[in-house]
Amino acid sequence: MNKKWETVIGLEVHVELATKSKIFCGCSTAYTDAPNTHCCPVCMGMPGTLPVLNGQVLDFAIKAGIALNCEIERETKFDRKNYFYPDLPKAYQISQLYRPIAHDGTVEIEVDGVKKYIRIREMHMEEDAGKLVHSAAHEETYPDYNRCGVPLLEIVSEPDFRSSKEVAAYLEKIRMLFSYLGIVDHRMLSGSMRADVNLSVRKAGSEEYGTRTEMKNINSIAAIVRAIESEASRQIDLLNSGKRVVQETRHWNDDKRTSYAMRSKENAQDYRYFPEPDIPPIVITEETVEQAMLSMPEFMNAKIRRFTEQYELPEDEAAMLASSKKEADFYEALVAEGTAPKTAANWLIEHVSRILREEETEYEAVDLSAEELAKLIAFVEGGNVNRKDGLKILEQMVKGCGPEDVERYIQEQQLTVSTDTSELAGIIEQVLKEHPDTVAEYLVGKEKVLGFLVGQVMRSTRGKYNPGVVNETLLAKLKSMKH
Amino acid sequence: MQITEMTAVELGKRIRGGELSATEAVEAVYGNYLSIDESIHAYTSFEIDRMRHNAQQVQDRIDRGKSGSVLAGVPIAVKDNICTRGELTTCASKILTGFRPPFDATVINKARAAGMVIAGKLNMDEFAMGSTSETSCYGPVKNPWNTEHVPGGSSGGAAAAVASGEAICALGSDTGGSIRQPASYCGVTGFKPTYGSVSRYGLIAYASSLDQIGPIAKDVLDCAAIMDVISGIDPMDSTSLPQGSGPSFYASMTGDVKEKVIGIPGECFDSAVDPDVLENVENAIREYEKLGAKIKPISLPFIRYAVPTYYIIATAEASSNLSRFDGIKYGFRSEDCDNIDDLIVNSRSEGFGAEVRKRILLGTFVLSSGYYDAYYNKALKMKQMIMDGFDAAFRECDVIICPTAPMTAPKLGSSLDDPMKMYLSDIFTVSVNLAGLPGLSVPCGFDRNGMPVGAQLIGAAGNDRTVLNMGHAFQLATDYHMRKPGGAK
Repeated sequence: MNKKWETVIGLEVHVELATKSKIFCGCSTAYTDAPNTHCCPVCMGMPGTLPVLNGQVLDFAIKAGIALNCEIERETKFDRKNYFYPDLPKAYQISQLYRPIAHDGTVEIEVDGVKKYIRIREMHMEEDAGKLVHSAAHEETYPDYNRCGVPLLEIVSEPDFRSSKEVAAYLEKIRMLFSYLGIVDHRMLSGSMRADVNLSVRKAGSEEYGTRTEMKNINSIAAIVRAIESEASRQIDLLNSGKRVVQETRHWNDDKRTSYAMRSKENAQDYRYFPEPDIPPIVITEETVEQAMLSMPEFMNAKIRRFTEQYELPEDEAAMLASSKKEADFYEALVAEGTAPKTAANWLIEHVSRILREEETEYEAVDLSAEELAKLIAFVEGGNVNRKDGLKILEQMVKGCGPEDVERYIQEQQLTVSTDTSELAGIIEQVLKEHPDTVAEYLVGKEKVLGFLVGQVMRSTRGKYNPGVVNETLLAKLKSMKH
Repeated sequence: MQITEMTAVELGKRIRGGELSATEAVEAVYGNYLSIDESIHAYTSFEIDRMRHNAQQVQDRIDRGKSGSVLAGVPIAVKDNICTRGELTTCASKILTGFRPPFDATVINKARAAGMVIAGKLNMDEFAMGSTSETSCYGPVKNPWNTEHVPGGSSGGAAAAVASGEAICALGSDTGGSIRQPASYCGVTGFKPTYGSVSRYGLIAYASSLDQIGPIAKDVLDCAAIMDVISGIDPMDSTSLPQGSGPSFYASMTGDVKEKVIGIPGECFDSAVDPDVLENVENAIREYEKLGAKIKPISLPFIRYAVPTYYIIATAEASSNLSRFDGIKYGFRSEDCDNIDDLIVNSRSEGFGAEVRKRILLGTFVLSSGYYDAYYNKALKMKQMIMDGFDAAFRECDVIICPTAPMTAPKLGSSLDDPMKMYLSDIFTVSVNLAGLPGLSVPCGFDRNGMPVGAQLIGAAGNDRTVLNMGHAFQLATDYHMRKPGGAK
């Protein structure tokens, strides 16, 4: 943007964990349901209630920490973060400050072919707050406590980013890692990710950090990138015109593509953190960590390497297939059903991905049967079903309205290509009669024109015949004409 | 013998034997409530219709032979900071006006399962903050031995109700002495169990790391029988411990104290203690010698740090625990609010009493950025030192004996004028909470004005049965616990 200035960015990323129940009670995490339908005395913070940690949250957090190459804390503790807000029924959030579950990690990113490591300072578990619904008509505000107690991980990076591209690559990497771990749901997979952005600029080459601002709660990767670019240029403009950057919290309005100051450092809240007395320290044994490490899935890079070796795929195709764990798993299921690796890759990359894009959905959201798709591919590639008909069936399958039994469907719909060539001979003769010049060209050695003739025959038969059969019969006929 | 003069165990036996019914028991307690409570003010609410209904249900179960537990049919009164489903639970605070919890505390569930009838909610210091039961928004509780004196606190309603015959037995809570000290002032028996042996689920928190529910009753046997009902690990309370489970407390009361070593901490027998209190507790020590126990001088050098440590930790936790009372979801809401900040600030300023506000402010201060290390962190270190100090002491002896409080019940109004004196009166009880130990107060005599004196027995964590059994042995040999106040009735 400006060679004279360097942008320095640190991120706090909030990731919602896809557990069935909340972090400290048994309520469902389906918080988008009707307001206040997933609430109990515990997540409502009724007086006298106590939190009990959901073991699955701990499991997920340990896995996430390992995937981020963190040290796992062997005696982790919860702390209370105190502040008043109507969406926080206890008036404190149970979080972790002094002994977070994981710390000192690294995430490898790659931007424009250059690899870089982003350091993770710490990652902690915490509960989400509720949501306030403002009714403009009545000038009233209604709290919806469904989201209270939905488990979150907060990942705090060191100020290691120097561009929005690096930030985007990091967020994509976290998204990939967590989707491979199966600890996040499709909301995150479709790009929703909350982050606080700490940003400062300094003279290129300077060792000291400039004054930073914080933009809180930006909720998609695209918006985070926009916010960073806007804030960096705002700060550079200030410094270029001899002004100072004020340390403050700013709110990013993504619709208006602009930010405004919320509160300065002087008015910063004092959260009065102290150890949560209702939850004893949690001891994580060596064995637990080892087991979590053993349960780590093969991540993207390893998978790409294996796909290029095992299935002899080009690297770009392997990378496309491994971009999501579900897609990679589906690819391997397809191969296991007997589809040739190369063919399976082509179908997924060319056809399935295109249909998913058109439908604005992703592998995680659809329920495709590898067994049925393998059958369909066999019909089409074996020349027994016309490619066009095959792709129509595929489209239905991806949309979730395809046939349960592909084989029976093809037979019922009489989609099998005809192998009776008696009629074909007559049609070929007709076509050759209609194009005497082309036939003459072929006979003097211009074999390229064969394709045209095949096309003409296919058109006349409306694709009823397998192109291979057409090709073969036509060649035989032309051969006989040579002599 | 009148029903209200019986111990819980005695009453339970007669109900089981068919001599008396659960309904008669509740009616007897209610009768005393009607005739006495005007002068004692031990209760915040007494919803008799529900209790009659519950008593009838319990009696039906007993009649069908489905509830044969020791305390089936026995009414138990409950401090008003323990949640009772659908029944008023106010912590004696205006801010919880009209609050009816949608759930029962674990101890209430357990008591109901054992066939006990929850009979009335007991007055207390607002949010258990106080040592006199004078900070209740419903007005002060009075000591049945002399209604010009306080009953102690914060479970003053519980101790006064048991002493006056308004309750057979009661559940209190103890954060810094709130069961033992009022038991001592009212001449009844009160037990604070090891931290974690009784579930805190449903106890409206004052200081979570110190709070513990326990019984206040006419004697140690009743306390042990109630412990059998309420103790045990609870999946709803992550701080509950398996120590509460194990052999029956009641069946462990052998009364045998031979060869037990009783530690006498010199620090608790100095000139700051009222001479009448000293004399009575020293008499109790001689009684134990007669029973075959061994006496050993020990030292608790940390005890003078216990009160400041306690007031930092307790108020810090309280400032956070009481933040949820914001006027938004339940209880009292200020009329005077134009915006959300006003609603929260005014509801809290008007809803909390002076002592509670003071402690919230103190706790907020000690947790504030820049002061955390100087106060809260230092207090946590002191807490660890106190635990280590007790550990060392219990290598020398089985139990420790000392006065429950350095004085007997003061006159109403005298403590609030001199809060430091009131805070210092907790000196012998707060260290027990900081270390999470079991502590028992048993009546051991009277001062020159006829006010009761209590002796405190302290055990190592988990040795609740030993502590109770020491108290039981004393009560087998003495009759202080059977004396009844004359002034009340």
